[in-house]
Amino acid sequence: MAVVSSSKGSTVMNNVEAVRATLYEAMKNDDRTVILGEDVGARGNVFLITKDFIGEFGPERVVDTPIAEASIVGIAVGMAMEGLRPIAEIQFADFIYPSFNQIVGEAAKVRYRSNGEYTCPLVIRTPYGGGVRGALSHSVSIEALFYHVPGLKIVAPSFPADVKGLLNAAIDDPDPVLFLEHKKTYRLIKGEVPDGHYTIPLGRANVLKEGTRLTVVSYGLYVHWALEAAQQLEQDGVSVEVIDLRSIRPMDKTTILRSVEKTRRLLIVHEDNKFGGIGAEISAMVAEEALFHLDAPIRRHCAPDVPAMGYALPLEEEYMSSPVEMAEAMRELVQF
Amino acid sequence: MASTEAKTQTFQRQGLGDDQLRAIFRNMLLQRQLDNRGFQLNRQGKVPFALGSEGHEALQAGAAMAFERGKDILAPYYRDLGLCLGIGLSPYEIMLSIFARAADHNGGRQFPNHYSSKAAGLMSFSSILAAHLPHAVGAAYAIKYRGETGRAVLATCGDGTTSEGEWHESMNFAAVHKLPFVMLVENNEWAISTPLDKQMAQPEIWRRAVGYGMPGMRFNGFDPIETYAAVKEAMDRARSGGGPTLVEGTCYRYLAHSTDDNDMTYRTRDEVDRRRAQDPVPAFEALLVALGVVTPQDVEAMRKDVLRETNEATDAAEALPYPQASDLYTHVYEGAWQPWQS
Amino acid sequence: MATTITMPQLGETVTEGTVAQWLKRVGDSVDKYEDFVEVSTDKVNAGVPSPVTGTIREFLVREGETVATGTPIAIIDEAGAAQAPLPKAPAPPAAAPAAPAPVAAPLAARPPSTNGSTASEAPSADAERVLQSASPAVRRLAREHQIDIRTLNGSGANGRVTADDVLAAAQPGAAARPAASAAPPVASGTSTYAQPIPGTTVTLTQARRIIAERMVESRHNAPHAWSMVEIDVTDVWAWRAHEKARFERETGHKLTLLPFFIRAVVEAIAVFPLMNARFVPASNAGQASIYVNPDVNIGIAIGLPTNLVVPVVKRADQLSIKGLAVAAGELIDKARKGKLGVDDLAGGTFTVNNNGANGSWASAPIINGGQAGIVTMETVVRKLVVRPDDSIAIRSMMNACLSLDHRVVDGYVASGFLADLKRRLEAMGPQGEL
Repeated sequence: MAVVSSSKGSTVMNNVEAVRATLYEAMKNDDRTVILGEDVGARGNVFLITKDFIGEFGPERVVDTPIAEASIVGIAVGMAMEGLRPIAEIQFADFIYPSFNQIVGEAAKVRYRSNGEYTCPLVIRTPYGGGVRGALSHSVSIEALFYHVPGLKIVAPSFPADVKGLLNAAIDDPDPVLFLEHKKTYRLIKGEVPDGHYTIPLGRANVLKEGTRLTVVSYGLYVHWALEAAQQLEQDGVSVEVIDLRSIRPMDKTTILRSVEKTRRLLIVHEDNKFGGIGAEISAMVAEEALFHLDAPIRRHCAPDVPAMGYALPLEEEYMSSPVEMAEAMRELVQF
Repeated sequence: MASTEAKTQTFQRQGLGDDQLRAIFRNMLLQRQLDNRGFQLNRQGKVPFALGSEGHEALQAGAAMAFERGKDILAPYYRDLGLCLGIGLSPYEIMLSIFARAADHNGGRQFPNHYSSKAAGLMSFSSILAAHLPHAVGAAYAIKYRGETGRAVLATCGDGTTSEGEWHESMNFAAVHKLPFVMLVENNEWAISTPLDKQMAQPEIWRRAVGYGMPGMRFNGFDPIETYAAVKEAMDRARSGGGPTLVEGTCYRYLAHSTDDNDMTYRTRDEVDRRRAQDPVPAFEALLVALGVVTPQDVEAMRKDVLRETNEATDAAEALPYPQASDLYTHVYEGAWQPWQS
Repeated sequence: MATTITMPQLGETVTEGTVAQWLKRVGDSVDKYEDFVEVSTDKVNAGVPSPVTGTIREFLVREGETVATGTPIAIIDEAGAAQAPLPKAPAPPAAAPAAPAPVAAPLAARPPSTNGSTASEAPSADAERVLQSASPAVRRLAREHQIDIRTLNGSGANGRVTADDVLAAAQPGAAARPAASAAPPVASGTSTYAQPIPGTTVTLTQARRIIAERMVESRHNAPHAWSMVEIDVTDVWAWRAHEKARFERETGHKLTLLPFFIRAVVEAIAVFPLMNARFVPASNAGQASIYVNPDVNIGIAIGLPTNLVVPVVKRADQLSIKGLAVAAGELIDKARKGKLGVDDLAGGTFTVNNNGANGSWASAPIINGGQAGIVTMETVVRKLVVRPDDSIAIRSMMNACLSLDHRVVDGYVASGFLADLKRRLEAMGPQGEL
């Protein structure tokens, strides 16, 4: 293992190391844990997350599957129904579409359709998101396709300490959890991660920065950029509150509402397309429950509604935002 | 087709005693009776939907006899009434499902025929064909992973399902990992309105086994004992670590797909009538009588008893309540159902 | 117990059925689930099983007859023990409680329309704008604090009244602030200040009421005197023309004669500081006095369609002509957009009124309450004049008029001030620094 524990009770690591460390502990501590996916065994995952796992835990526990996304998830569903605790990997979120029925029509409904007689304690992990010249099939955000589905849970942590806590919670969760890892943050984002086993409950957002003039809600890579933009505004004397959602389904209503009641202005920032994205649900909820606290329209700073960011750099840059653009959007809303 | 006399000459009981032969026959009668009861209730206006399995009785009763209760796992599809009865589900449980009562295993949530019973080893499944097969493979993986020899997963499907991608993916994975998995294809020649020759260019499904690197075989699904022998061989192989097998039983679907289907729009009365000559229920009855395993009076008594059992189950289930409106909200997750966490 | 059997619906879209054949006769016994009639529809022929064990009492439909689904077709007398009761249909789910009607949040009590006009007057654009741009938070806070948002200066985009504006107005001590926003007229359909209808009464907005009060107060307290000078602005005009393009490019603001004038005014004030003073009436604190302001904060009177605002250039004496032009330009912009804030309007010590834009040649303004005087720039006229050396020339001439508080300033100071102002303005020329 590359990560060395320090004596102070926490270790600095990046997001990909946090995933790896957490999976390692889960494999060690529970024999029912099985990892399956493409290239997870001998290759150790294309980001080296499970490197050497097969040597330590054996090929029955670290399963190199054929290239068959539907059955990667489907077989994991069967394992879960029969008492194992599988962690299925979809190599890139862009490849998840063939397993859509197994996730939405099957995993999400096993408990419900059997009136609780069968359950599906399953984790599906996948790297998502752009800014890595990934173009049409290695950059997509998928949360909006799945967060609509009752019976599923979805988390998208952005910091290493959250990665560990939420992945542990997902693994412990008795229901299917889609665990989204932003690939650009894998090595980019470092942070202190407490040693030892801990979980962060699903459905709890985190206020990264307190503020008074504007609430910004974000997740993934963009929450880091939103924080940067907010810090720029702070220097200009504009106090912006930044909330990291962390959990997409269930989503934290209390933290969002408490913040909007204080600041009266809400900007949702996400990398996914705008129409029907996560921001749409947050906007509707806030309009329903905090309308009379709003002093400005709720705004969403999101990707344009085009199918993908292109491979050519200008296309990727146009699709993706930046701290500067986010700061501009924040300023505009503050000045409304 | 061989006459009854000819069949008695060549009859092989495959190690089954008379009691077991009678049990197989009773299962076939019960399947047909319960099947029909669903349609009767539909015609009485009591239930909105019914789906029949006439033609599959021998195949399902024979396969059920090869299933070891308390050990094996069944991953059926929605035409497997006889198989589910055969592995231990009661007519009462069947009727609870038809009437969508709160006491049903699924709490009245699923269509009828989507049986589920953890106690019996019957995996919950949806209406989506082939979606259950990776689940069956996953369950087989779990069994093997835990070193539980003597257990296997019996997965079934119709000829229609073998066109699905997940049929292929499941067969492939089961073979690669040599899982304790048996794929029983109940080939009744019709995928709703699509005949076999529109589904596949090579009509013998069992031949695909060689492509996956697993043994395959085909048997006469109208013959319950031939079925039993084939399925037992495959299940024994699976239970003892020999890996998966593809077994194909041929039969025929005598009824339309369901009450929402009119099969005269795509096949002729003549064809169905002609195939009725192969109806496994009277055929096996005749054989057992000829073998002296049962008398005509025994059969009459069995029929009456099956009817009584069906009536009792119907009345008992009908008397129970539907789920309440508040039951809609349970079992979304282990905890609260709301998407917003307050 | 008699059981009535009705024509079943044999198929989703079927609406009727035909009794093809009775399989029993009246008086025959029939078992539960035994077929007693064959029914045919366009989709199917089917036997219908009896729901009870008993005796056929009566057939209600003849063989071959077609009836609608649900029509009674037979009656069977049930034999023996009572049947198990059918399960009750589940009770319909309780109706969701009606959502409480949202409480309308009135902005403020609207003054009743007092006119008898029958013509329905379209509301002015301003009134609608303020009403429409009030956010839910503003409406609620205005209601909670009983504030009429139309009297507030909006610090939001396009003069929008924000929640912070309402909260600030709700603070004690905020009430004395003058209403300087483009206050809209009242409810639609009435005669308004912006569009007055002859023969009607225009209900005053708070802003106009305050203007009226202030004017009376000023006139009443300060004995107004008046004086005028004529200024040759030819050279300064030329200078302005020369600098105009570059100035506009550099600052984005237009260069008018106003900043040059203000520069001359502040320099003249330096010589005649009493023009920048204030009469302090006798009170408990002491006798009447004159307070000479330390800062020179020049108010620029700006007439808007329904209102008069006087934003203030603070410490105008420390600004160059360019600085004055930029400051004035920004204030005028803000005023036009209705974006002036409290700070913009407070602290004036002397006022300049550029009346000339309207073509006025002379005017006698009312002093801005608390100041010693107010000076106007009138229109620039091309005139034939006699020069000091007796030559005749065509020059650009502009009048400057001064209303003065005769308690603070009399003719000696006033005319001295005006003469100084004239001299300075006439001395401005292209060789100077803006």
